[in-house]
Amino acid sequence: MALPQQKVDATEARLSSMSLPSSKGWLGKAREDALSRVRLMGLPSRRDEYWKYTRPDTLVQADAPKAALFNIGEAPVFSGIDRLHLIFVDGVFDPEASDDLELSGVSVELLSQVGDKDIHWATGLYGSLEQDGQSPVQRPLAALNSAYATEGVLIHVTGAAAKPINISYLQRDETSDACLHHVIKLDEGAKLTLLENGPAAARLNKVLEVDIADSAEFRHVRTQGRAHERRAATHIFGRLGERSVFKSFTLTANGVLTRNECVLELTGDSAVAHVAGACVGDGDFHHDDTVFITHDAVDCESRQVFKKVLRNGATGVFQGKILVNQVAQKTDGYQISQSLLLDGDSQFLAKPELEIYADDVVCSHGSTSGAIDEESLFYLKSRGVPHAQAMNLLVLAFLAEAVAEIDEEEIADEIIGRLTNWLERRMS
Amino acid sequence: MLEIKNLQVKLEEEDKQILKGVDLTVEPGTVHAIMGPNGSGKSTLSYVLSGRDGYEVTGGSASLEGEDVLELEPEERAAAGLFLAFQYPVEIPGVGNMTFLRTALNSQRKARGEDEMSATDFLKLVREKAKSLKIDADMLKRPVNVGFSGGEKKRNEVLQMALLEPKMCILDETDSGLDVDAMKLVSEGVNALRSEGRSFLVITHYQRLLDHIKPDVVHIMYDGRIIKSGGPELALEVENNGYADLLEEAV
Repeated sequence: MALPQQKVDATEARLSSMSLPSSKGWLGKAREDALSRVRLMGLPSRRDEYWKYTRPDTLVQADAPKAALFNIGEAPVFSGIDRLHLIFVDGVFDPEASDDLELSGVSVELLSQVGDKDIHWATGLYGSLEQDGQSPVQRPLAALNSAYATEGVLIHVTGAAAKPINISYLQRDETSDACLHHVIKLDEGAKLTLLENGPAAARLNKVLEVDIADSAEFRHVRTQGRAHERRAATHIFGRLGERSVFKSFTLTANGVLTRNECVLELTGDSAVAHVAGACVGDGDFHHDDTVFITHDAVDCESRQVFKKVLRNGATGVFQGKILVNQVAQKTDGYQISQSLLLDGDSQFLAKPELEIYADDVVCSHGSTSGAIDEESLFYLKSRGVPHAQAMNLLVLAFLAEAVAEIDEEEIADEIIGRLTNWLERRMS
Repeated sequence: MLEIKNLQVKLEEEDKQILKGVDLTVEPGTVHAIMGPNGSGKSTLSYVLSGRDGYEVTGGSASLEGEDVLELEPEERAAAGLFLAFQYPVEIPGVGNMTFLRTALNSQRKARGEDEMSATDFLKLVREKAKSLKIDADMLKRPVNVGFSGGEKKRNEVLQMALLEPKMCILDETDSGLDVDAMKLVSEGVNALRSEGRSFLVITHYQRLLDHIKPDVVHIMYDGRIIKSGGPELALEVENNGYADLLEEAV
């Protein structure tokens, strides 16, 4: 179907304001392919069904809206964890501040340094999971990213990574516009934990492609940076082999606009995919979790656990889908999206979807919006717990199911600590 | 200890007077029981004293050791030494029982200007108190009251009482939902806390709880008022004859 002229014009106008980074080698081809995808799809507009609850205007417009810098006033998250630390500033890699790109069981390279090579393991992978993820629903911002990404980390995991890789994204420019594309390939039986944190830029477009071979395990925990005015559109595209594990958790506190998409395909039998998110929004805050999990193999398990705490006009969105194809017998699917609305001004917009073609599956799902339970609140207060502290306990309890998706205890404790601090600052 | 004078309370949402002038004085170290038919206002009295929302005090007063409790927030009443053992203890998924107990204890200590108790000291204290109530480690680890049986919930209430050491304990139908053994265990827990400086107000439908927790004074409540007060024999009278005679006498 031909695109409406208005969409073609808007897309061309946007593309004319950008220049395609030159890459001579394998990457150049991938960029051109991605660019033709963008032209076929057109950039998202508010009339698109998939963008019904989140206005894409500011994510699509030529210039990044200004976002004031924010001093978090505490040590950055994951500081205390033994890690390989990589630092980006406004989307540019900072080699001085980063650790050397050396880690046992892992090869770590920069997109800008290897894109011109003739032969590279990421050839045929970069942009390909994104491309696969364009059907049945189009994700033009991800294709735009594949075409225009200025930097990224290419991680090839051949064994068990000796420690987590932590990518920190700092923002030092109020109008920075970052476009990052990471590719991670885990060989059979390999293991990696990726930690990400920070706002990255005034506006961030980030894609993470993860190819997980049989029996490999990928764990991912990110916190999205507390800069109030930052915007982000992020995509994770994952492909899971037999008995492989994918677990991703995202904490979002603040940020005027965040859209996190996660697109996973379970292609090997008995694979496990968990995607979870906890977000806390106060005031000018719009947070969208859009998830699409496709079961294409037997005996796989998928879980989507999303919890949002909203107040003072904050908006939460959840669009989550489980697609169970006919081959995917014995699928165990679970999807829960819940919001805790702390006042009457906030809203939660949820579109949970299940599409099932196999007959021997278990898929449970639920979506709720509610206020703080007054009975619980009174019970805590009647034991001497002050109002603000009682509220925080109940908010943390509400988020607990999502946080429980983090396997590593040390990291989970870190996340709970951050949440507690945020609540104590904002809610009292 | 607790002094209630002509307390009048209505429901906030509707124009319905529940308490129509309650007078009650509980001296330090004594156990008072309140009995009465359903709907007489017993539970309302306990909720109003502990500060639950939804009630409006339209007249009278209630003070704890001379301090007007009706002016205080629920958490301030707790810190002042008032404790309500709930008829239906609330389940709070996601909040660990230990976290809850420690937060409660330390909040009260903080409110009274005392030092917070360290994690190790607290653990030692909880274990000691839990043991006598036959509360095992698993119950302490689980979320507050979640998956607890009726008896376990009531034992957990008594454990909180033992840890928080309140001056004035109100037990709202603590015997409801308990079998004979559980009632004995809970009563022993309560009796162990009886002391010169601590008073109890035991709200119950049945005499049998008062066989275990022996009251000094028994009050009969009906239609928002205390219509008769007497010694333990009053509870026996109710048990044998029901409320009918007493009500007739009062009218």
